[in-house]
Amino acid sequence: MSEHHINTEKDSGNGGASRRNFIGAVAAAGGLAAIAPGIHLVQVSQANTPPRPAGEAASKAVRWGMLIDTTKCASGCTDCVKACATENGINETVKDARQGSQWIRKIDIKEVKTGRTHSLPMLCQHCANPPCVDVCPTGASMKRADGIVLVDRHICIGCRYCMMACPYKARSFVHQPLTEQNPEVPRGQGCVESCTFCVHRVDKGQIPACVETCTKEGHNAMLFGDLNDPNSEISRRVAQVTTTQVRADLKLDLGVRYQGI
Amino acid sequence: MKIEQYTPAEERLFYILLALGGLVSALGLAAAYYMEHSGHVVTGMTNQVFWGLPHVFGIFLIVAASGVLNVASIGSVFGKKAYKPRAPLSGLLAIIMLAAGLAIIMLDLGRADRVLIAATHVNLTSVFGWNMILYPVFFGLVGLYLWTLMDRRMNAYYKAAGFSAFIWRLVMTTGTGSIFGFVVARQAYQSAILAPMFIIMSFAWGLAVFLLVQRSMYAWNNMELNPALRQRLKNLLGTFITAVLYFVIVYHLTNIYYAKETAFEHFILVSGGVYPLLFWGGYVVVGTLLPLFLLYHPAIWQKSGAVSFAAALTIIGGLCQLYVFIIGGQAFPLEMFPGMEVTSTFFDGAIGTYVPSVPEILLSLSGIGIGFTLTVIGVRVLRFLPQDDVAMLKDAGYLHD
Repeated sequence: MSEHHINTEKDSGNGGASRRNFIGAVAAAGGLAAIAPGIHLVQVSQANTPPRPAGEAASKAVRWGMLIDTTKCASGCTDCVKACATENGINETVKDARQGSQWIRKIDIKEVKTGRTHSLPMLCQHCANPPCVDVCPTGASMKRADGIVLVDRHICIGCRYCMMACPYKARSFVHQPLTEQNPEVPRGQGCVESCTFCVHRVDKGQIPACVETCTKEGHNAMLFGDLNDPNSEISRRVAQVTTTQVRADLKLDLGVRYQGI
Repeated sequence: MKIEQYTPAEERLFYILLALGGLVSALGLAAAYYMEHSGHVVTGMTNQVFWGLPHVFGIFLIVAASGVLNVASIGSVFGKKAYKPRAPLSGLLAIIMLAAGLAIIMLDLGRADRVLIAATHVNLTSVFGWNMILYPVFFGLVGLYLWTLMDRRMNAYYKAAGFSAFIWRLVMTTGTGSIFGFVVARQAYQSAILAPMFIIMSFAWGLAVFLLVQRSMYAWNNMELNPALRQRLKNLLGTFITAVLYFVIVYHLTNIYYAKETAFEHFILVSGGVYPLLFWGGYVVVGTLLPLFLLYHPAIWQKSGAVSFAAALTIIGGLCQLYVFIIGGQAFPLEMFPGMEVTSTFFDGAIGTYVPSVPEILLSLSGIGIGFTLTVIGVRVLRFLPQDDVAMLKDAGYLHD
């Protein structure tokens, strides 16, 4: 789907790089923080939970979430979309754009009465009560203990009922054979797929590629972290500013929150 | 049981029909293989309209399969003797149409080779998951019912078996309607009325299919359905068609009343291009008003072929109705930001377009082909032609000289 992406001007400031170094340092210090609860962290990074060791189950003590500040998200900027495509190997060419996969997309919205506009990335909202998981007949759609909603590509039968159930159009059906996949991100023709919060990175103590790029490019419109940890930056921000859950009327308890709409 | 003797002409007709049905079925299977091999990129389906024509035909067959059993139920459960000789054909068609409908849905899966996973996994929060239980039990109960009807040693149990199958078919069609009724995300669905609406739709469509099959079988055997019985059956079809119309009116009226649904209703009923056309022209005029006129006009209904034509129109109307419901329901964009204009590279806020491709059309039609082929074989191998005992019907007050 990269052919449909819109190239945007990139901010080449080094603020993002220093922030990234800081993220890495704090991620490394995560273990220290765990054994020294008295230490007050001046600024908590976006990845303040240590990597999940192989063989250890995801913990329900963690609820991964994302905060998107739409006031910092520029219309036409697709850095997050491109980063997602690169990270997850979404590189196939499709004749009909409607048949291509989009794990994350930019949406422009305009209030009809006032003309006020917003731009925001839309992705799987990683609901606490995901309708896609409810309707899946095979158990392929599943929610991990840490709140990440995934599709097991080995048992998805491609019935697309989850796409019918998702209120966010967050899921894509793979319409054609795929090649040159990222070994860490298996995808498959005839299966449904969606944003994984870059679970393969999160399990290594990293943040999702979209958030990393948004930060690195200096936009700082996306924040990732543990919503269950009151000391995480995302928790503190969510506690301080008004945030919105899209289609809050459905009471799905979303992992993705929006600020500024 | 008497062994049927067929004339050479009948033999030839049987094999011609078998070849015709087999050809349509084979084309559908070839189309399914092509779609499986190439991916759904060769279909008109997209990430917005991802349930296409095969779902329209598949769900039609599944819903009508439940309804076609109605004829048997009226005989066994409600004790109407005129319907009892029709029970075996009714049961056979129910099994065949469910099998054909499921075949189409399964062959349209992205990974049809994995369908056993769905059959062996239990997810009680999934309506599809319920259906994995509802359909096999329906096959079993109707099969048992047929056994009790056709084997004299088992005749004593036919009422119990018929009653079980009757209850189960209501549960099963509740499940089919609930596939959509439980979808909270979309304006077109999320309504409890869909479950009873699907049940009444199954009554109309199932009876229409039954009448057409019965008419064909009678014609091939140079038989004529008794006019009094024909009148009862056509009145029943008219009642079911009217009941469906009632549910459709209530469904749309409630939606129109809700401010949040008015844009969707305007799309489906007025501005949506092919969808209003199919709704008003296909469902309302061709599939409802015209059949009702044919069935209730005092002179016309008695003409040869009038009831069958009305039944055929009912089926066409039903397919149009499902097309509008399933495809139109997806084509209307999800409303994530009320009061906002929405645009994106993923066609958010845009009306979805859908044009079925040739493989999809072939796969869809093969549902009819599979059903037709199995019916032709079934009625030849076993004795499914309704054998009316005219004297008994007269005694019971069903027939008059």
